[in-house]
Amino acid sequence: MTIAISIQNLVKTYANGFEALKGISLEVQEGDFFALLGPNGAGKSTTIGVISTLVNKTSGSVEVFGKNVDTHVYETKLDFGVVPQEVNFSQFEKVRDIVMTQAGYYGLPRKLAAERCEKYLRKLGLWEKRDERSRSLSGGMKRRLMIARALVHEPRLLILDEPTAGVDIELRRSMWEFLTEINNKGTTIILTTHYLEEAEQLCRNIAIIDEGKIVENTSMRKLLSELDSQVYILETRSQIPAGFDLKLVNTNLEIVDENCIEVTVSGGLSINEVFAVFSEAGIKIDSMRNKTNRLEQLFLSKLEGND
Amino acid sequence: MFSNHKYIAFETIVIREIRRFGRIWLQTLVPPAITIGLYFVIFGNLVGSRIGEMGGYRYMEFIVPGLIMMSVIQNSYSNVVSSFFSHKFQHSIEELLVSPVPNYVILSGFIVGGMARGMAVGLIVTVMSLFFANLEIQNLLITVTVVLLTSIVFALAGFINALFANSFDDISIIPTFVLTPLIYLGGVFYSVELLPPFWKFVSALNPIFYMVNTFRYGILGTSDVDVTWAFFILCVFIVILFTCCIWLLRRGTGLRS
Ligand SMILES: Nc1ncnc2c1ncn2[C@@H]1O[C@H](COP(=O)(O)OP(=O)(O)OP(=O)(O)O)[C@@H](O)[C@H]1O
Ligand SMILES: [Mg+2]
Repeated sequence: MTIAISIQNLVKTYANGFEALKGISLEVQEGDFFALLGPNGAGKSTTIGVISTLVNKTSGSVEVFGKNVDTHVYETKLDFGVVPQEVNFSQFEKVRDIVMTQAGYYGLPRKLAAERCEKYLRKLGLWEKRDERSRSLSGGMKRRLMIARALVHEPRLLILDEPTAGVDIELRRSMWEFLTEINNKGTTIILTTHYLEEAEQLCRNIAIIDEGKIVENTSMRKLLSELDSQVYILETRSQIPAGFDLKLVNTNLEIVDENCIEVTVSGGLSINEVFAVFSEAGIKIDSMRNKTNRLEQLFLSKLEGND
Repeated sequence: MFSNHKYIAFETIVIREIRRFGRIWLQTLVPPAITIGLYFVIFGNLVGSRIGEMGGYRYMEFIVPGLIMMSVIQNSYSNVVSSFFSHKFQHSIEELLVSPVPNYVILSGFIVGGMARGMAVGLIVTVMSLFFANLEIQNLLITVTVVLLTSIVFALAGFINALFANSFDDISIIPTFVLTPLIYLGGVFYSVELLPPFWKFVSALNPIFYMVNTFRYGILGTSDVDVTWAFFILCVFIVILFTCCIWLLRRGTGLRS
Protein backbone atom coordinates (compact mmCIF):
# COMPACT_ATOMS: atom_id res chain seq x y z
CA MET A 1 0.00 0.00 0.00
CA THR A 2 1.25 3.46 -0.82
CA ILE A 3 2.10 5.82 1.98
CA ALA A 4 0.60 9.23 1.28
CA ILE A 5 2.65 11.04 3.81
CA SER A 6 5.51 10.03 6.02
CA ILE A 7 6.95 12.33 8.65
CA GLN A 8 10.12 11.35 10.48
CA ASN A 9 11.45 12.98 13.66
CA LEU A 10 10.14 16.38 12.80
CA VAL A 11 11.48 19.15 15.00
CA LYS A 12 10.55 22.80 14.73
CA THR A 13 12.06 25.50 16.89
CA TYR A 14 10.69 28.94 16.05
CA ALA A 15 12.96 31.98 15.80
CA ASN A 16 11.99 33.04 19.32
CA GLY A 17 13.42 29.75 20.64
CA PHE A 18 10.05 28.05 21.20
CA GLU A 19 10.14 24.35 20.38
CA ALA A 20 6.74 23.75 18.78
CA LEU A 21 7.48 20.23 17.48
CA LYS A 22 9.68 17.91 19.50
CA GLY A 23 10.34 15.03 17.15
CA ILE A 24 7.11 13.96 15.49
CA SER A 25 6.83 10.79 13.42
CA LEU A 26 3.68 9.94 11.56
CA GLU A 27 2.50 7.91 8.60
CA VAL A 28 -0.74 8.21 6.68
CA GLN A 29 -1.73 5.58 4.14
CA GLU A 30 -3.10 6.47 0.76
CA GLY A 31 -6.90 6.59 0.82
CA ASP A 32 -7.05 7.18 4.54
CA PHE A 33 -9.23 9.70 6.31
CA PHE A 34 -6.93 10.80 9.08
CA ALA A 35 -7.55 13.03 12.08
CA LEU A 36 -4.82 15.09 13.68
CA LEU A 37 -6.15 16.14 17.06
CA GLY A 38 -4.75 18.14 19.90
CA PRO A 39 -5.45 21.13 22.13
CA ASN A 40 -4.72 24.73 21.13
CA GLY A 41 -1.03 25.28 20.58
CA ALA A 42 -0.24 21.56 20.32
CA GLY A 43 1.58 21.97 17.01
CA LYS A 44 -1.00 20.83 14.45
CA SER A 45 -0.78 23.91 12.26
CA THR A 46 2.99 23.93 12.60
CA THR A 47 3.10 20.35 11.28
CA ILE A 48 0.88 21.29 8.36
CA GLY A 49 3.01 24.39 7.80
CA VAL A 50 6.13 22.26 7.47
CA ILE A 51 4.45 19.91 4.99
CA SER A 52 3.25 22.81 2.86
CA THR A 53 6.67 24.52 3.09
CA LEU A 54 5.31 27.64 4.79
CA VAL A 55 7.31 26.79 7.90
CA ASN A 56 11.01 25.93 7.67
CA LYS A 57 11.65 22.83 9.70
CA THR A 58 14.55 22.60 12.12
CA SER A 59 15.22 18.93 11.45
CA GLY A 60 13.53 15.74 10.34
CA SER A 61 12.07 14.75 7.01
CA VAL A 62 8.75 14.75 5.19
CA GLU A 63 7.87 12.50 2.28
CA VAL A 64 4.76 12.84 0.17
CA PHE A 65 3.88 9.72 -1.84
CA GLY A 66 7.40 8.46 -1.33
CA LYS A 67 9.14 11.64 -2.46
CA ASN A 68 11.07 13.92 -0.19
CA VAL A 69 9.59 17.43 -0.12
CA ASP A 70 13.05 19.02 0.01
CA THR A 71 14.50 17.27 -3.01
CA HIS A 72 11.31 16.92 -5.09
CA VAL A 73 9.83 20.31 -4.33
CA TYR A 74 7.61 20.75 -7.37
CA GLU A 75 6.45 17.15 -7.83
CA THR A 76 5.38 16.82 -4.21
CA LYS A 77 3.55 20.15 -4.25
CA LEU A 78 1.40 18.96 -7.14
CA ASP A 79 0.26 16.02 -5.03
CA PHE A 80 -1.29 17.89 -2.14
CA GLY A 81 -3.68 20.75 -1.50
CA VAL A 82 -3.93 22.65 1.75
CA VAL A 83 -6.85 24.42 3.40
CA PRO A 84 -5.24 26.63 6.03
CA GLN A 85 -6.67 27.52 9.42
CA GLU A 86 -6.68 31.26 8.72
CA VAL A 87 -8.11 32.98 5.68
CA ASN A 88 -5.28 33.56 3.24
CA PHE A 89 -6.72 34.88 0.03
CA SER A 90 -6.79 38.48 -1.09
CA GLN A 91 -9.87 40.25 0.24
CA PHE A 92 -10.08 42.43 -2.85
CA GLU A 93 -10.30 39.74 -5.48
CA LYS A 94 -13.36 38.04 -6.84
CA VAL A 95 -14.21 34.50 -5.80
CA ARG A 96 -13.75 33.12 -9.30
CA ASP A 97 -10.45 34.94 -9.85
CA ILE A 98 -9.04 33.49 -6.66
CA VAL A 99 -9.70 29.92 -7.79
CA MET A 100 -8.61 30.61 -11.37
CA THR A 101 -5.37 32.20 -10.22
CA GLN A 102 -4.59 29.20 -8.06
CA ALA A 103 -5.24 26.94 -11.05
CA GLY A 104 -2.78 29.06 -13.02
CA TYR A 105 -0.11 28.60 -10.37
CA TYR A 106 -0.51 24.85 -10.84
CA GLY A 107 -0.12 25.26 -14.57
CA LEU A 108 -3.66 24.30 -15.57
CA PRO A 109 -4.53 25.47 -19.07
CA ARG A 110 -7.29 28.10 -19.01
CA LYS A 111 -10.06 25.91 -20.36
CA LEU A 112 -9.45 23.11 -17.90
CA ALA A 113 -9.04 25.67 -15.11
CA ALA A 114 -12.41 27.22 -15.93
CA GLU A 115 -14.11 23.80 -15.90
CA ARG A 116 -12.59 22.79 -12.59
CA CYS A 117 -13.32 26.18 -11.11
CA GLU A 118 -16.99 25.88 -11.99
CA LYS A 119 -17.14 22.28 -10.81
CA TYR A 120 -15.76 22.97 -7.36
CA LEU A 121 -17.45 26.31 -6.83
CA ARG A 122 -20.75 24.59 -7.60
CA LYS A 123 -19.97 21.65 -5.33
CA LEU A 124 -19.20 23.99 -2.48
CA GLY A 125 -22.24 26.15 -3.11
CA LEU A 126 -20.31 29.23 -4.15
CA TRP A 127 -21.08 29.43 -7.84
CA GLU A 128 -23.71 32.13 -7.29
CA LYS A 129 -21.07 34.17 -5.49
CA ARG A 130 -18.44 33.82 -8.20
CA ASP A 131 -18.41 37.49 -9.18
CA GLU A 132 -18.36 38.85 -5.66
CA ARG A 133 -15.31 40.16 -3.92
CA SER A 134 -14.12 37.64 -1.38
CA ARG A 135 -14.34 40.01 1.57
CA SER A 136 -18.13 40.06 1.19
CA LEU A 137 -18.37 36.32 1.88
CA SER A 138 -19.48 35.02 5.26
CA GLY A 139 -16.99 33.15 7.43
CA GLY A 140 -18.33 29.74 6.40
CA MET A 141 -18.24 30.68 2.72
CA LYS A 142 -14.63 31.80 3.08
CA ARG A 143 -13.73 28.36 4.42
CA ARG A 144 -15.50 26.70 1.52
CA LEU A 145 -13.73 28.97 -0.93
CA MET A 146 -10.43 27.78 0.47
CA ILE A 147 -11.55 24.18 -0.02
CA ALA A 148 -12.49 24.84 -3.65
CA ARG A 149 -9.16 26.54 -4.15
CA ALA A 150 -7.25 23.61 -2.66
CA LEU A 151 -9.06 21.14 -4.92
CA VAL A 152 -8.68 22.91 -8.23
CA HIS A 153 -5.56 20.95 -9.15
CA GLU A 154 -7.23 17.73 -7.91
CA PRO A 155 -4.52 16.66 -5.50
CA ARG A 156 -4.16 13.09 -4.24
CA LEU A 157 -3.83 14.36 -0.69
CA LEU A 158 -5.99 17.04 0.88
CA ILE A 159 -4.92 18.58 4.18
CA LEU A 160 -7.52 20.60 6.05
CA ASP A 161 -6.70 22.68 9.11
CA GLU A 162 -9.96 23.11 11.03
CA PRO A 163 -12.19 23.29 7.96
CA THR A 164 -15.40 23.36 9.96
CA ALA A 165 -14.49 25.98 12.57
CA GLY A 166 -17.29 28.51 12.64
CA VAL A 167 -19.44 26.62 10.15
CA ASP A 168 -23.09 26.08 11.04
CA ILE A 169 -24.45 22.59 11.72
CA GLU A 170 -26.24 22.14 8.42
CA LEU A 171 -23.26 23.25 6.39
CA ARG A 172 -20.93 21.21 8.50
CA ARG A 173 -22.94 18.11 7.67
CA SER A 174 -22.89 18.89 3.98
CA MET A 175 -19.15 19.48 4.21
CA TRP A 176 -18.76 16.07 5.88
CA GLU A 177 -20.71 14.46 3.09
CA PHE A 178 -18.58 16.20 0.53
CA LEU A 179 -15.32 15.16 2.18
CA THR A 180 -16.53 11.59 2.52
CA GLU A 181 -17.45 11.60 -1.15
CA ILE A 182 -14.02 12.70 -2.34
CA ASN A 183 -12.38 10.34 0.12
CA ASN A 184 -14.43 7.47 -1.34
CA LYS A 185 -13.19 8.46 -4.77
CA GLY A 186 -9.63 7.98 -3.54
CA THR A 187 -8.41 11.29 -2.17
CA THR A 188 -6.44 10.90 1.04
CA ILE A 189 -7.62 13.36 3.66
CA ILE A 190 -5.88 14.68 6.75
CA LEU A 191 -7.96 16.89 8.96
CA THR A 192 -7.54 18.76 12.21
CA THR A 193 -10.56 19.65 14.25
CA HIS A 194 -11.65 20.50 17.75
CA TYR A 195 -15.03 18.85 17.19
CA LEU A 196 -14.30 15.33 18.32
CA GLU A 197 -17.67 14.14 17.13
CA GLU A 198 -16.55 15.14 13.66
CA ALA A 199 -13.33 13.16 13.91
CA GLU A 200 -15.25 10.15 15.24
CA GLN A 201 -17.74 10.27 12.38
CA LEU A 202 -15.30 10.81 9.55
CA CYS A 203 -11.89 9.46 10.34
CA ARG A 204 -10.51 5.96 10.27
CA ASN A 205 -7.16 6.72 11.84
CA ILE A 206 -6.09 9.25 14.33
CA ALA A 207 -3.10 10.90 15.96
CA ILE A 208 -3.26 13.03 19.06
CA ILE A 209 -0.55 15.59 19.44
CA ASP A 210 0.17 17.53 22.59
CA GLU A 211 2.94 20.02 23.34
CA GLY A 212 4.75 19.05 20.17
CA LYS A 213 4.69 15.30 20.78
CA ILE A 214 2.49 12.52 19.48
CA VAL A 215 0.70 11.00 22.46
CA GLU A 216 -1.47 8.57 20.52
CA ASN A 217 -1.47 7.20 16.99
CA THR A 218 -3.90 4.42 16.22
CA SER A 219 -7.10 3.53 14.43
CA MET A 220 -10.32 5.13 15.55
CA ARG A 221 -11.88 1.72 16.27
CA LYS A 222 -9.01 0.58 18.46
CA LEU A 223 -8.97 3.82 20.31
CA LEU A 224 -12.69 3.72 21.02
CA SER A 225 -12.49 0.12 22.19
CA GLU A 226 -10.01 1.24 24.83
CA LEU A 227 -12.83 2.97 26.51
CA ASP A 228 -13.67 0.62 29.37
CA SER A 229 -16.56 2.50 30.83
CA GLN A 230 -19.36 4.54 29.39
CA VAL A 231 -21.88 6.75 31.07
CA TYR A 232 -25.44 6.73 29.73
CA ILE A 233 -28.19 9.10 30.64
CA LEU A 234 -31.66 7.53 30.55
CA GLU A 235 -34.89 9.49 30.58
CA THR A 236 -37.78 7.43 31.90
CA ARG A 237 -41.50 7.80 31.31
CA SER A 238 -42.58 6.38 34.64
CA GLN A 239 -41.21 7.58 37.94
CA ILE A 240 -38.18 5.83 39.30
CA PRO A 241 -39.09 4.29 42.65
CA ALA A 242 -36.92 5.37 45.57
CA GLY A 243 -34.18 2.88 46.37
CA PHE A 244 -34.22 1.44 42.88
CA ASP A 245 -31.06 -0.53 42.12
CA LEU A 246 -29.88 -2.51 39.11
CA LYS A 247 -28.20 -5.15 41.27
CA LEU A 248 -25.71 -5.84 38.47
CA VAL A 249 -21.95 -6.07 38.75
CA ASN A 250 -19.90 -3.52 36.79
CA THR A 251 -22.61 -0.91 36.91
CA ASN A 252 -23.04 2.16 38.92
CA LEU A 253 -26.27 4.05 39.12
CA GLU A 254 -27.11 7.56 40.11
CA ILE A 255 -30.61 8.93 40.21
CA VAL A 256 -30.56 12.49 38.91
CA ASP A 257 -34.24 13.16 39.44
CA GLU A 258 -37.40 11.09 39.37
CA ASN A 259 -37.37 10.76 35.57
CA CYS A 260 -33.67 10.75 34.86
CA ILE A 261 -30.97 8.33 35.74
CA GLU A 262 -27.24 8.06 35.05
CA VAL A 263 -25.81 4.59 34.51
CA THR A 264 -22.10 3.85 34.30
CA VAL A 265 -21.44 0.57 32.54
CA SER A 266 -18.01 -0.99 32.53
CA GLY A 267 -16.19 -4.28 32.10
CA GLY A 268 -17.85 -5.27 28.84
CA LEU A 269 -21.31 -5.56 30.30
CA SER A 270 -24.01 -5.44 27.66
CA ILE A 271 -26.47 -2.64 27.76
CA ASN A 272 -29.21 -5.23 27.18
CA GLU A 273 -28.78 -6.53 30.68
CA VAL A 274 -29.35 -3.05 32.02
CA PHE A 275 -32.53 -2.70 29.98
CA ALA A 276 -33.75 -6.07 31.23
CA VAL A 277 -33.66 -4.85 34.83
CA PHE A 278 -35.63 -1.77 33.91
CA SER A 279 -38.38 -3.66 32.14
CA GLU A 280 -38.61 -6.12 35.03
CA ALA A 281 -39.20 -3.20 37.36
CA GLY A 282 -41.82 -1.89 34.93
CA ILE A 283 -39.91 1.31 34.19
CA LYS A 284 -40.41 2.56 30.64
CA ILE A 285 -37.42 4.27 29.04
CA ASP A 286 -38.03 7.19 26.68
CA SER A 287 -34.53 7.98 25.54
CA MET A 288 -30.91 7.17 26.08
CA ARG A 289 -27.74 9.10 25.25
CA ASN A 290 -24.05 9.07 26.03
CA LYS A 291 -23.14 11.53 28.74
CA THR A 292 -19.99 12.69 26.94
CA ASN A 293 -18.74 12.00 23.47
CA ARG A 294 -16.77 8.77 23.67
CA LEU A 295 -13.77 10.17 21.83
CA GLU A 296 -13.81 13.25 24.01
CA GLN A 297 -13.51 11.09 27.10
CA LEU A 298 -10.48 9.27 25.63
CA PHE A 299 -8.96 12.46 24.30
CA LEU A 300 -8.97 14.06 27.73
CA SER A 301 -7.52 10.99 29.38
CA LYS A 302 -4.68 10.87 26.83
CA LEU A 303 -3.84 14.50 27.45
CA GLU A 304 -3.88 13.97 31.19
CA GLY A 305 -1.48 11.07 30.75
CA ASN A 306 0.91 13.43 28.97
CA ASP A 307 1.18 15.88 31.88
CA MET B 1 2.63 18.27 -14.76
CA PHE B 2 1.71 20.31 -17.81
CA SER B 3 4.63 21.01 -20.09
CA ASN B 4 4.18 24.77 -20.14
CA HIS B 5 3.32 24.89 -16.47
CA LYS B 6 5.93 27.52 -15.65
CA TYR B 7 4.81 29.79 -18.42
CA ILE B 8 1.16 29.54 -17.34
CA ALA B 9 2.15 30.33 -13.77
CA PHE B 10 4.19 33.31 -14.94
CA GLU B 11 1.35 34.61 -17.09
CA THR B 12 -1.07 34.17 -14.18
CA ILE B 13 1.09 36.31 -11.90
CA VAL B 14 1.53 39.01 -14.52
CA ILE B 15 -2.20 39.17 -15.29
CA ARG B 16 -3.00 39.31 -11.60
CA GLU B 17 -0.57 42.20 -11.15
CA ILE B 18 -1.92 44.15 -14.10
CA ARG B 19 -5.47 43.53 -12.97
CA ARG B 20 -4.54 44.86 -9.54
CA PHE B 21 -3.16 48.20 -10.63
CA GLY B 22 -5.88 48.49 -13.25
CA ARG B 23 -8.55 47.93 -10.60
CA ILE B 24 -7.17 50.70 -8.41
CA TRP B 25 -6.21 53.06 -11.25
CA LEU B 26 -7.27 56.06 -9.19
CA GLN B 27 -4.42 55.28 -6.82
CA THR B 28 -1.92 53.95 -9.31
CA LEU B 29 -2.24 55.72 -12.64
CA VAL B 30 -3.87 59.08 -11.95
CA PRO B 31 -1.69 60.56 -9.16
CA PRO B 32 1.62 60.23 -11.04
CA ALA B 33 0.00 61.74 -14.15
CA ILE B 34 -1.22 64.72 -12.12
CA THR B 35 2.11 65.25 -10.35
CA ILE B 36 4.17 65.09 -13.50
CA GLY B 37 1.60 67.26 -15.31
CA LEU B 38 2.13 69.92 -12.62
CA TYR B 39 5.89 69.67 -13.11
CA PHE B 40 5.38 70.29 -16.80
CA VAL B 41 3.25 73.35 -16.16
CA ILE B 42 5.25 74.87 -13.32
CA PHE B 43 8.86 74.00 -14.08
CA GLY B 44 8.63 73.55 -17.78
CA ASN B 45 6.30 76.35 -18.73
CA LEU B 46 6.27 78.99 -16.01
CA VAL B 47 9.73 78.77 -14.47
CA GLY B 48 11.36 77.15 -17.48
CA SER B 49 10.71 80.09 -19.77
CA ARG B 50 12.79 82.27 -17.39
CA ILE B 51 15.60 79.74 -17.16
CA GLY B 52 16.28 79.66 -20.84
CA GLU B 53 18.54 76.89 -21.97
CA MET B 54 19.84 73.85 -20.11
CA GLY B 55 22.48 71.62 -21.64
CA GLY B 56 21.81 73.25 -24.98
CA TYR B 57 18.04 72.70 -25.02
CA ARG B 58 14.94 74.60 -24.02
CA TYR B 59 14.42 73.87 -20.33
CA MET B 60 11.12 72.15 -21.06
CA GLU B 61 12.75 69.81 -23.55
CA PHE B 62 15.51 69.12 -21.09
CA ILE B 63 13.28 68.05 -18.22
CA VAL B 64 10.72 66.00 -20.16
CA PRO B 65 12.96 62.90 -20.50
CA GLY B 66 13.93 63.22 -16.85
CA LEU B 67 10.33 63.41 -15.72
CA ILE B 68 9.28 60.43 -17.83
CA MET B 69 12.12 58.46 -16.32
CA MET B 70 11.17 59.61 -12.83
CA SER B 71 7.63 58.32 -13.28
CA VAL B 72 8.86 54.98 -14.62
CA ILE B 73 11.26 54.53 -11.70
CA GLN B 74 8.75 55.46 -9.01
CA ASN B 75 5.92 53.39 -10.42
CA SER B 76 7.90 50.23 -11.18
CA TYR B 77 9.22 50.34 -7.64
CA SER B 78 6.00 51.16 -5.92
CA ASN B 79 3.92 48.61 -7.84
CA VAL B 80 6.10 45.72 -6.76
CA VAL B 81 6.61 46.89 -3.21
CA SER B 82 2.96 47.58 -2.52
CA SER B 83 1.56 44.58 -4.34
CA PHE B 84 3.98 42.07 -2.86
CA PHE B 85 3.70 43.53 0.61
CA SER B 86 -0.06 43.51 0.42
CA HIS B 87 0.03 39.81 -0.53
CA LYS B 88 2.27 39.27 2.48
CA PHE B 89 0.01 41.30 4.71
CA GLN B 90 -3.13 39.44 3.63
CA HIS B 91 -1.23 36.13 3.62
CA SER B 92 -2.33 35.56 0.04
CA ILE B 93 1.35 35.16 -0.79
CA GLU B 94 0.90 31.68 0.71
CA GLU B 95 -1.14 30.75 -2.37
CA LEU B 96 2.07 31.11 -4.36
CA LEU B 97 4.38 29.63 -1.76
CA VAL B 98 2.46 26.36 -1.49
CA SER B 99 2.14 25.94 -5.26
CA PRO B 100 4.78 24.39 -7.47
CA VAL B 101 5.99 27.72 -8.84
CA PRO B 102 9.79 28.11 -8.93
CA ASN B 103 11.19 31.22 -7.24
CA TYR B 104 12.51 32.70 -10.45
CA VAL B 105 9.02 32.51 -11.96
CA ILE B 106 7.49 34.25 -8.93
CA LEU B 107 10.15 36.94 -9.14
CA SER B 108 9.85 37.42 -12.90
CA GLY B 109 6.07 37.67 -12.64
CA PHE B 110 6.21 40.48 -10.10
CA ILE B 111 9.00 42.23 -12.03
CA VAL B 112 7.04 42.20 -15.26
CA GLY B 113 3.98 43.40 -13.34
CA GLY B 114 6.02 46.33 -12.00
CA MET B 115 7.38 47.06 -15.47
CA ALA B 116 3.86 47.07 -16.85
CA ARG B 117 2.81 49.77 -14.40
CA GLY B 118 6.04 51.70 -14.99
CA MET B 119 5.47 51.59 -18.73
CA ALA B 120 1.78 52.47 -18.42
CA VAL B 121 2.52 55.59 -16.39
CA GLY B 122 5.56 56.37 -18.56
CA LEU B 123 3.34 56.26 -21.61
CA ILE B 124 0.68 58.47 -20.06
CA VAL B 125 3.35 61.01 -19.10
CA THR B 126 4.91 60.84 -22.55
CA VAL B 127 1.58 61.54 -24.20
CA MET B 128 1.02 64.47 -21.83
CA SER B 129 4.45 65.86 -22.63
CA LEU B 130 3.48 66.15 -26.28
CA PHE B 131 1.29 69.10 -25.27
CA PHE B 132 4.28 70.93 -23.85
CA ALA B 133 7.26 70.05 -25.98
CA ASN B 134 8.10 68.83 -29.45
CA LEU B 135 10.25 65.83 -28.94
CA GLU B 136 11.71 63.75 -31.69
CA ILE B 137 13.28 60.57 -30.50
CA GLN B 138 16.85 60.44 -31.79
CA ASN B 139 17.56 56.83 -31.00
CA LEU B 140 14.53 54.64 -30.42
CA LEU B 141 16.49 51.52 -29.56
CA ILE B 142 18.48 53.19 -26.79
CA THR B 143 15.41 54.99 -25.47
CA VAL B 144 13.33 51.86 -25.19
CA THR B 145 16.11 49.63 -23.87
CA VAL B 146 17.19 51.99 -21.16
CA VAL B 147 13.68 52.55 -19.94
CA LEU B 148 13.00 48.80 -19.80
CA LEU B 149 16.24 48.01 -18.00
CA THR B 150 15.72 50.84 -15.52
CA SER B 151 12.26 49.61 -14.80
CA ILE B 152 13.63 46.11 -14.11
CA VAL B 153 16.20 47.52 -11.69
CA PHE B 154 13.60 49.36 -9.64
CA ALA B 155 11.06 46.58 -9.73
CA LEU B 156 13.76 44.31 -8.28
CA ALA B 157 14.63 46.90 -5.66
CA GLY B 158 10.96 47.18 -4.73
CA PHE B 159 10.79 43.40 -4.39
CA ILE B 160 13.64 43.37 -1.87
CA ASN B 161 12.00 46.20 0.05
CA ALA B 162 8.75 44.19 0.22
CA LEU B 163 10.51 41.04 1.42
CA PHE B 164 12.03 42.87 4.38
CA ALA B 165 8.98 45.01 5.14
CA ASN B 166 6.92 44.17 8.20
CA SER B 167 4.60 47.16 8.19
CA PHE B 168 3.18 49.74 5.84
CA ASP B 169 5.76 52.21 7.21
CA ASP B 170 8.53 49.98 5.96
CA ILE B 171 7.29 50.24 2.40
CA SER B 172 7.31 54.03 2.37
CA ILE B 173 10.60 54.65 4.18
CA ILE B 174 12.89 53.67 1.31
CA PRO B 175 10.93 55.52 -1.39
CA THR B 176 10.83 58.68 0.74
CA PHE B 177 14.31 58.72 2.19
CA VAL B 178 16.34 57.02 -0.51
CA LEU B 179 14.58 56.89 -3.83
CA THR B 180 13.20 60.42 -4.02
CA PRO B 181 16.49 62.16 -3.12
CA LEU B 182 18.40 59.98 -5.59
CA ILE B 183 15.92 60.85 -8.34
CA TYR B 184 15.97 64.60 -7.62
CA LEU B 185 19.76 64.59 -7.47
CA GLY B 186 19.99 62.34 -10.51
CA GLY B 187 20.01 65.12 -13.06
CA VAL B 188 16.28 65.22 -13.78
CA PHE B 189 16.10 68.99 -13.41
CA TYR B 190 19.63 70.16 -14.21
CA SER B 191 22.72 69.26 -16.13
CA VAL B 192 25.67 68.22 -13.95
CA GLU B 193 27.78 70.62 -15.95
CA LEU B 194 26.35 73.29 -13.63
CA LEU B 195 27.70 71.61 -10.52
CA PRO B 196 31.01 72.26 -8.76
CA PRO B 197 33.54 69.38 -9.13
CA PHE B 198 32.78 67.79 -5.75
CA TRP B 199 29.04 67.47 -6.44
CA LYS B 200 29.77 66.33 -9.94
CA PHE B 201 31.74 63.49 -8.42
CA VAL B 202 28.94 62.68 -5.98
CA SER B 203 26.44 62.60 -8.87
CA ALA B 204 28.62 60.08 -10.63
CA LEU B 205 27.95 57.68 -7.73
CA ASN B 206 24.21 57.90 -8.22
CA PRO B 207 22.98 55.12 -10.51
CA ILE B 208 19.83 57.07 -11.41
CA PHE B 209 22.04 59.78 -12.88
CA TYR B 210 23.22 57.32 -15.55
CA MET B 211 19.75 56.08 -16.32
CA VAL B 212 18.22 59.53 -16.69
CA ASN B 213 21.04 60.74 -18.85
CA THR B 214 21.06 57.74 -21.10
CA PHE B 215 17.33 58.10 -21.62
CA ARG B 216 17.84 61.78 -22.38
CA TYR B 217 20.53 60.78 -24.84
CA GLY B 218 18.08 58.46 -26.59
CA ILE B 219 15.57 61.26 -26.97
CA LEU B 220 17.64 64.40 -27.39
CA GLY B 221 20.91 62.95 -28.63
CA THR B 222 23.14 64.46 -25.93
CA SER B 223 24.16 63.17 -22.55
CA ASP B 224 26.33 63.95 -19.53
CA VAL B 225 27.48 60.34 -19.39
CA ASP B 226 29.00 57.62 -21.50
CA VAL B 227 26.07 55.54 -22.76
CA THR B 228 27.93 52.23 -22.97
CA TRP B 229 29.10 52.64 -19.42
CA ALA B 230 25.50 53.37 -18.36
CA PHE B 231 24.23 50.14 -19.95
CA PHE B 232 27.00 48.24 -18.26
CA ILE B 233 26.00 49.66 -14.89
CA LEU B 234 22.34 48.82 -15.50
CA CYS B 235 23.17 45.22 -16.34
CA VAL B 236 25.40 44.84 -13.30
CA PHE B 237 22.62 46.15 -11.08
CA ILE B 238 20.10 43.77 -12.58
CA VAL B 239 22.34 40.76 -12.11
CA ILE B 240 23.19 41.66 -8.52
CA LEU B 241 19.63 42.47 -7.49
CA PHE B 242 18.15 39.43 -9.24
CA THR B 243 20.63 37.16 -7.50
CA CYS B 244 19.85 38.78 -4.16
CA CYS B 245 16.11 38.31 -4.65
CA ILE B 246 16.47 34.65 -5.56
CA TRP B 247 18.74 34.05 -2.59
CA LEU B 248 16.29 35.77 -0.23
CA LEU B 249 13.35 33.83 -1.70
CA ARG B 250 15.18 30.57 -1.25
CA ARG B 251 15.94 31.40 2.37
CA GLY B 252 12.33 32.40 2.83
CA THR B 253 13.31 35.77 4.29
CA GLY B 254 10.18 37.57 5.42
CA LEU B 255 8.01 34.78 4.03
CA ARG B 256 8.52 31.53 5.91
CA SER B 257 8.82 31.25 9.68
N1 LIG C 1 5.70 32.11 14.18
C1 LIG C 1 5.76 31.61 15.41
N2 LIG C 1 6.72 32.01 16.27
C2 LIG C 1 6.79 31.51 17.50
N3 LIG C 1 5.97 30.59 18.02
C3 LIG C 1 4.98 30.14 17.23
C4 LIG C 1 4.82 30.62 15.88
N4 LIG C 1 3.76 30.00 15.33
C5 LIG C 1 3.29 29.18 16.28
N5 LIG C 1 4.01 29.25 17.41
C6 LIG C 1 3.79 28.49 18.65
O1 LIG C 1 3.89 27.12 18.36
C7 LIG C 1 2.93 26.38 19.09
C8 LIG C 1 2.13 25.50 18.16
O2 LIG C 1 1.30 26.32 17.36
P1 LIG C 1 0.31 25.72 16.29
O3 LIG C 1 -0.25 26.86 15.54
O4 LIG C 1 1.02 24.68 15.52
O5 LIG C 1 -0.79 25.06 17.22
P2 LIG C 1 -2.12 24.29 16.79
O6 LIG C 1 -1.98 22.90 17.28
O7 LIG C 1 -2.41 24.49 15.37
O8 LIG C 1 -3.19 25.08 17.69
P3 LIG C 1 -4.69 25.52 17.35
O9 LIG C 1 -5.55 24.36 17.67
O10 LIG C 1 -4.92 26.63 18.32
O11 LIG C 1 -4.75 25.95 15.95
C9 LIG C 1 2.11 27.40 19.87
O12 LIG C 1 2.56 27.44 21.18
C10 LIG C 1 2.40 28.70 19.19
O13 LIG C 1 2.37 29.77 20.10
MG1 LIG D 1 -3.80 25.45 14.34
